[in-house]
Amino acid sequence: MSDKRPDLKDVNERMRGLMARTTHGRDDFEDLVIVPLFAVVVALVFGALIMLATAVDLPTIGRSFVALAVGSVGSLSAWSETLTASIPLVLAGLGLGLGFRAGLFNIGAEGQLLMGGLAAVVAGFTLSGLPWIIHLPVTLLIGALVGALYAAIAGFLKATTGAHEVISTIMLNLISYRLLDWLLRQPFIQREGRSDPISKDVPPSAELPRILDFIDVNLRLHAGIFVMLAAVALVYWMLFRSKIGFAFRASGENPSAANYAGMNAAFVIVLAMGTAGALAGLAGATQVTGVLGRASPGFSAGIGFDAIAVALLGRSHPIGILFAGILFGALEAGGRQMQVDAGVSIDLIGIIQALIIIFIAAPLLVRAIFPWGFRKRGKKAGEA
Amino acid sequence: MTFLNKMTTRTGLAAALLAGTVMTASAFTACQVTDTGGIDDAGFNQTAWKGVQDAMAADDSVEGRFLESQAETDYEANLNSLIEGGCDIIVTVGFLMGDATKAAAEANPDQKFSIVDFAYDPTIDNVLGQVYATEQGAFLAGYLAAGMSETGVVGTFGGINIPPVTAFMDGFYYGVNYYNEQKGTDVSVLGWNPESKEGLFTGNFDSLDDGRAFAENLSQEGADIIMPVAGPVGLGSAQLADEMGTDQLKIIGVDADQTQTDPEKADVYLTSVLKRMDSTVTQVINMAQDGSFEGGLIVGTLENEGVGLAPYGAFEDTVPDELKAEIEAVKAGIIDGSITVGM
Repeated sequence: MSDKRPDLKDVNERMRGLMARTTHGRDDFEDLVIVPLFAVVVALVFGALIMLATAVDLPTIGRSFVALAVGSVGSLSAWSETLTASIPLVLAGLGLGLGFRAGLFNIGAEGQLLMGGLAAVVAGFTLSGLPWIIHLPVTLLIGALVGALYAAIAGFLKATTGAHEVISTIMLNLISYRLLDWLLRQPFIQREGRSDPISKDVPPSAELPRILDFIDVNLRLHAGIFVMLAAVALVYWMLFRSKIGFAFRASGENPSAANYAGMNAAFVIVLAMGTAGALAGLAGATQVTGVLGRASPGFSAGIGFDAIAVALLGRSHPIGILFAGILFGALEAGGRQMQVDAGVSIDLIGIIQALIIIFIAAPLLVRAIFPWGFRKRGKKAGEA
Repeated sequence: MTFLNKMTTRTGLAAALLAGTVMTASAFTACQVTDTGGIDDAGFNQTAWKGVQDAMAADDSVEGRFLESQAETDYEANLNSLIEGGCDIIVTVGFLMGDATKAAAEANPDQKFSIVDFAYDPTIDNVLGQVYATEQGAFLAGYLAAGMSETGVVGTFGGINIPPVTAFMDGFYYGVNYYNEQKGTDVSVLGWNPESKEGLFTGNFDSLDDGRAFAENLSQEGADIIMPVAGPVGLGSAQLADEMGTDQLKIIGVDADQTQTDPEKADVYLTSVLKRMDSTVTQVINMAQDGSFEGGLIVGTLENEGVGLAPYGAFEDTVPDELKAEIEAVKAGIIDGSITVGM
């Protein structure tokens, strides 16, 4: 029987293997949860050691970690800051994670975020006069759309010429910085009476409303958090429940198998890049409409790069990315408090973030440091 | 799940360690938010922070805290964390923080604010602006540069095209022109045109590489004296001058006396255009302490020594006495109004 339709059977076999790898079983619990958890702990310990090495005394180190905790989760305003910082990280991280699943290493979230954010600002002030119920969603959608188009350039180049997306997205990032500088000087976009590159303000009807300002006007948490949660749910559904998500994952796991199974590789690449860009653009749009209220050079503030770390830490899983994004938001908010209370440099937070990534990228190292945290290899799952 | 138990033990230990550290309360807390570039930028932010340090040194009850902004997006977040931190006064450093400071001041009318380099019109009741007539100091620097240049070409570049930066460049340009008028010379200025408001800008306040590259370009165009107006970016230019030798390239520092803040390269600085943010910041802290604080504006000029020219440092003997005397005369002229800084 196998000699009748060998190729199809082979493909089926491959597809089953593929399915097994993309749906996580209990065995993956350690890789998905324990490794990131330990990576964070080890990074914090190393952070303390680095502080010791730079002649910071023990009480100050203690105080800085208390400040890190208090500033990130210790009060309502700390939570507000943590979540505010995590919104663009999660959104852009979702896009990158989706790209990773499709086998695309997209470094271009920074540029997509800048372009999407700028488009949202422009849409915000040109369409002013509309009621907010139309104005706000349209503004966000235009941001997402422009982000998608910008990312699709890299996807299109890869699909048609084979240009590697790592190179083309890095180049597109550089182009976006200068393009932004130039666009911000155009009379159509530049704020009246200013000679430096800065855009006009986003009118209130296009702003994401602050949702906690009835408690305290200084709480910055805005409605972008609902956009973020909706995006997590949408990406989860897309990746694991929809046909196109299956095509993304299949192409990522084994492009030739996916191709043999009748998936159009070029289409999948462009679509996956476009979706990733839409999410990055949306991240930029929520940032300008929820936090900044305008665009200025470098308003992305490295979010697009931090989001790569978030996607890796979250293991390209929407729920994982949500938690990873909140963790990075907490590090940012807490790091600020660390500087205020203990006078420890904000750069230390950057070091801790980098260490987390190193340990995530090297699970064997984490296993070696914490042998008692993991079940012995070869034992069956469920024994713990 | 043994690892969980161990983790709990560790957390317990850590908590015990921390219990011993209690924050000491002080009578007056002055907080500062820096602009991008960092607190140790040997110029702008560092000078403003020195004002807080001076206030701390003069009065033990004053405690100072600062927060560095790494990007423009940090301004509002940093202000927010300080508003909760029980600061008696919050000093924001930099023109770009104007919007964020205004928003925070309006949302928190009982909190005292002061901002360096921004003047609000109309004034805000709880914000005291600190601005400086830096064009006056830079005018002197331009005159000096024109007198010292051997190639007949001097240069300048800025960080971002905003008034507090271009004020330096304006003054420098007009100072060179004034020298040309007086002496009938034809020294030209590269990097800035005060009429079209266009010139050379690095686009940031933190890349030392840019400082080096921009200085290199200007030097290739013949400039032998360069004034970088971009905070720590200028340190990159100083590095280049150090390598080329000061007979090829001299640097004019800005904000602080850079022979003091950048001592390793002290030899390359012909002089520095001083912007005495330290003195106005200390002044504002004292006003907040004794209750005389009110919203409005403090302006630093040559006359009240809010701006000025630093000593000539390593070039003390190289700068001709005649030129030194002329600069003193020009300074007096600006103060009494007989010389106007401008076209």
